[in-house]
Amino acid sequence: MNFLTDLLSLIGDFISNIIHSIFSFSPSIADAIVMGLAAIILCTFAALSFMALTYAERKIVARIQDRVGPNQAGPLGLLQPLADGIKMFTKEDTTPAAADRWVYNLAPLIIAVFALTTYAVLPFAPNVVGTNLNVGVFYVIAIGSGSIIAILMAGWGSNNKYALLGAFRTVSQLVGYEVPMLLNVLPIIMISGSLSLIDIINRQTLANGNAGLPNLLYFPLSAVVFLISGIAETARSPFDLLEAESEIVAGFHVEYSGMKFALFFLGEYVNALAVAFMFCVLFLGGYAGPILPPYIWLLLKAAVVFTIFMWLRGTLPRIRVDQMHDMNWKFFVPVSIIHLLISMVLLKVFTDTPSQLEATGGILVSSGTRMLILFVASALTLLVALGIAARRARMNRLAEEEVLAKRRMENMAAAGA
Amino acid sequence: MIVTAALLMGVTLIAASLLRPKKPSKTKLDTYECGMETVGDTWVQFRSQYYIFALVFVLFDVEAVLLFPFAVAFNSVPLFAVLETAVFVLLLLAGLLYAWRKGVLKWE
Repeated sequence: MNFLTDLLSLIGDFISNIIHSIFSFSPSIADAIVMGLAAIILCTFAALSFMALTYAERKIVARIQDRVGPNQAGPLGLLQPLADGIKMFTKEDTTPAAADRWVYNLAPLIIAVFALTTYAVLPFAPNVVGTNLNVGVFYVIAIGSGSIIAILMAGWGSNNKYALLGAFRTVSQLVGYEVPMLLNVLPIIMISGSLSLIDIINRQTLANGNAGLPNLLYFPLSAVVFLISGIAETARSPFDLLEAESEIVAGFHVEYSGMKFALFFLGEYVNALAVAFMFCVLFLGGYAGPILPPYIWLLLKAAVVFTIFMWLRGTLPRIRVDQMHDMNWKFFVPVSIIHLLISMVLLKVFTDTPSQLEATGGILVSSGTRMLILFVASALTLLVALGIAARRARMNRLAEEEVLAKRRMENMAAAGA
Repeated sequence: MIVTAALLMGVTLIAASLLRPKKPSKTKLDTYECGMETVGDTWVQFRSQYYIFALVFVLFDVEAVLLFPFAVAFNSVPLFAVLETAVFVLLLLAGLLYAWRKGVLKWE
């Protein structure tokens, strides 16, 4: 069942050899051309999945909201993404006259480019990866932060007060939720001993390629907080206060139309899919699985995670901006730090013997008891933190109601007397 | 990868610019303000709260970046180093708690 992955490696080598022998380029140029082809394939995959995702999202969110979703453009509305594409291409580009020319035009390009570049390190199968950087995790998070500067550019270049304010708020949200993401990737790296995505997946697979213990079972708190921070990073619902049509009229991209707006849209969905892929790789075991080929497993897992995103979008109401910041700095960051400290100490106390570590080259063996201990610690931390937060929220609400009731009684007494 | 993505997106933008109508009119070129004329300067004063959030983010970002090499070399490091790093992280957590109690992390 792995013939497709081997086929891709074979095709790559074949093309590289042909270019080298026929055109007598040096092997490095031939490799560069093959890598360019791989980059084109990855970009095409991202763009096609963007189209499929917009359709799936509209249909699923519609069903959650008890309506049908697009069903006019083709059977079951399947040609809707095509219709949207044609619309985006042929809409007029109303540029405000006072906009800052270069900044305004470059912003959507930079967002789309950075969103697409994160796919370069995603492993679709043991040998099928754009480039197996040994700082894969770091690269993804760093490139993901590249879109943030483009959002500021968009808000500033639009020469519009509301776009600027929307850009500020967006940046404060995106930048704030980087911190829990970073802090929660750390336990995974500690237990995997490497930043390379393929190493992280290898630790979650058994020797014959089946799925071993996924990292989700080791650190459920990290998984939950990473997922929520990922949703906040890509500014999806329920964190989409920045482009809420009823509130700040599309926020930082209010002055964009046509293809440039389409590139913003593409950037958001491609980023969301990249977060889904990262979650699968880091916490669910990436392409590991029993019978189906590896890339099918990765796509299945990413589809399940993205369905969770869409489910949250259809179900939860939008978060207010001060609630969002409170939740980040007063709940996620302290909880992530405490969880990091606990898992550091526990991992060192329950570590392997030095001879075992030497045998595996510094990576901890996947062990059931260790998983159980870490799972219990992590889940306990999560439940305790949620309990504390819930109690504080309840006490705050009771205090507020008390103040309101007192004020009401005073008003009635004053009105009566 | 960056070059390819930039080329692809650039080609899309150029294709779109060839395909779309170009009929600028005065209203279309105006800045958008919910249908009214714009009032005041565009470059508004911004609240210092954004700066504070960015500052706290930079602190925690640098902390996370310093923790990454520790995490990669975690398994070949003795328990004492773990306790040292725990002290480092606890210092930063204390900083966050101080900022919280001072009321600095409040309210967008």
